Amino acid sequence: MDFFLSRYRNLTVLLIVIVAQLLLIAYQVKSNKDVPLIRVWAVTAVTPVEQGLELVRRYTWGFVEDYFVLLGVRSQNEKLQHENGQLKIENHYLKSELSTADRAQALSVFQAHSPSKTVAARVIGNGTGANSKVVFVDRGSTSGIESGMAVVTPDGIVGKVVDAYPMASLVMLVTDPTFAAGVISQKNRVRGTLKGLGQTKCLVDYAQNEEKVDEGEWFYTSGDDRIFPRGFPVGQVTSVHNGKTFKEIYLIPSGMQGGVEEVLIMLQGEHLQIPDSESATPGYKILPAPTESAGQVPQPTGQPPSVLTTDADRLREQYKQSGETQHKAFGEGFVAPDFTKIQGIRASTPAATNPPPPSGTQPSRDRQEAQPKSGYTAPAAPGETPAKAAATPPKPKPRPTAPILVTDPTDADPDAAPPPAPKTEKPPKPPGSGVAPTRPPSGNQ
Amino acid sequence: MSEYTERLLTSPSRKNQSDRLRLVWLIIIPLIAILFQVYVPRFVSFLSYLELPLLITVHFALGRRGPIASVFYGMSIGLVQDSLSHQPIGMFGIVKTLVGYFAASVSQRFDVENPIVTFILSFFFYFFHQFFYWVLARALLGEAMIFDPQQTLLFGLLNAAVALPLFHILDKLKVAA
Repeated sequence: MDFFLSRYRNLTVLLIVIVAQLLLIAYQVKSNKDVPLIRVWAVTAVTPVEQGLELVRRYTWGFVEDYFVLLGVRSQNEKLQHENGQLKIENHYLKSELSTADRAQALSVFQAHSPSKTVAARVIGNGTGANSKVVFVDRGSTSGIESGMAVVTPDGIVGKVVDAYPMASLVMLVTDPTFAAGVISQKNRVRGTLKGLGQTKCLVDYAQNEEKVDEGEWFYTSGDDRIFPRGFPVGQVTSVHNGKTFKEIYLIPSGMQGGVEEVLIMLQGEHLQIPDSESATPGYKILPAPTESAGQVPQPTGQPPSVLTTDADRLREQYKQSGETQHKAFGEGFVAPDFTKIQGIRASTPAATNPPPPSGTQPSRDRQEAQPKSGYTAPAAPGETPAKAAATPPKPKPRPTAPILVTDPTDADPDAAPPPAPKTEKPPKPPGSGVAPTRPPSGNQ
Repeated sequence: MSEYTERLLTSPSRKNQSDRLRLVWLIIIPLIAILFQVYVPRFVSFLSYLELPLLITVHFALGRRGPIASVFYGMSIGLVQDSLSHQPIGMFGIVKTLVGYFAASVSQRFDVENPIVTFILSFFFYFFHQFFYWVLARALLGEAMIFDPQQTLLFGLLNAAVALPLFHILDKLKVAA
């Protein structure tokens, strides 16, 4: 034995090392547990250096860029090229500043208006897997991050946290081949499972061939996977064709267009409504301030003329006035307004207190959404204006004594009045915020 | 060489200092390679196909010519790589262990100082590394990874081309240490 070991010492050591690692892999695969110690050591050793590098890169990139530009300028006509270079730098700098500001603003607006509790994080590095798509972000367990949390941007879902270390977290992107999430289509409500392919496109699997999915249709998270809350945009279908058993639906994830730099990690997710309308596409846009001419609309009777111009602003004014009478500040904190005491939006309120909107003025989406969500407005008949419906006395209907849980608006009784928005749903946006989901997401946000 | 210089170079304190320097380089260089692999491809995406940790393993094994040391060196680098990825720890470890062993074994039979031999060995070990990783991923984890031989050959050539100047620089550093 000794002779064998001394003669084949190298081979013996190799075999021992290989077998030890095989056993380590077998243990991890079988018990579905990790070896956190080695990972924590490695990540703790690498991520601080990465953060330092990222910091240095951010603060020195302008200088390095200047240096290289100046080298090129010196070799050519100094004066003209210098001016040209400076303008280019300024232009590039302003563009990048504008882009960064837009992105940061969109992120903060989304974070402020999202009912989910989120933490902003920055991508600081890639993972090392050969085919895997994972990135490191600069928030870890000390910031409350835990494994299994959803990672999103205002444009859509990005991935999920697979490992949380003290100072950093590992995020598996939606394009990773092992990624999966429950999704549902916007128009036809087709359910499926989103799977990464290791490429820019993703596959929606397990959708039956008989179901109808159109190209260009949006998919949203269904909330079935208990990781992503319902109603977050996933992506737009690029191609659909029937497979052997299931449809082969390919989409481009909207949350990763234009690269992933800043993300939001969802500490506590809240379900959202999936928009019904085809034109209602996800995404947040900072609307321009209303013009002076737009403010020349009549104010509701008995109210002083105001500089507020949009429907949302007027609605907010109504809320504010009612809040003063109820001694509450609506829109701040979690105090829900008593809609029955708000004048102007209750159907049973006399028509004099809720005048019809002026002709030629399109009711805004906020108003259209806010009215049904109040749950007390009688539904207007087809062809009937909302004001006319408000003037018509509502038909008496027995009100349920116990709360009715409606998980899907299409499942509700069509004859019954629309139920009040559940607490877990996205509340109506505070009017006047200037933010509305009016355009499809783009990578520039 | 004078008697004084010879005594100075072979004195225990200088030898210890030299050993410490070499040890520091042995730790720092793989860490830099792994950092490069983790950080740089964010900005230059095609550099993600540069397997610097593999090249460092090959360089160490070819220079050291000791299979046992190379086995442990390759295993350590591979385990750190595994730790930074989302896969069971040991996949890169096994592959780089084998690369270290075979590279050290080959170095005992060939003149690895020759640039052509270095180029061929780097190319071969890159292909071996990718292929064996693919086999392990399929066999042990059941992952449906895609192995593209043409692409792997191309990236093998690129890695081998990078290996030549890299090994030269590392040799200089070793001499300096």
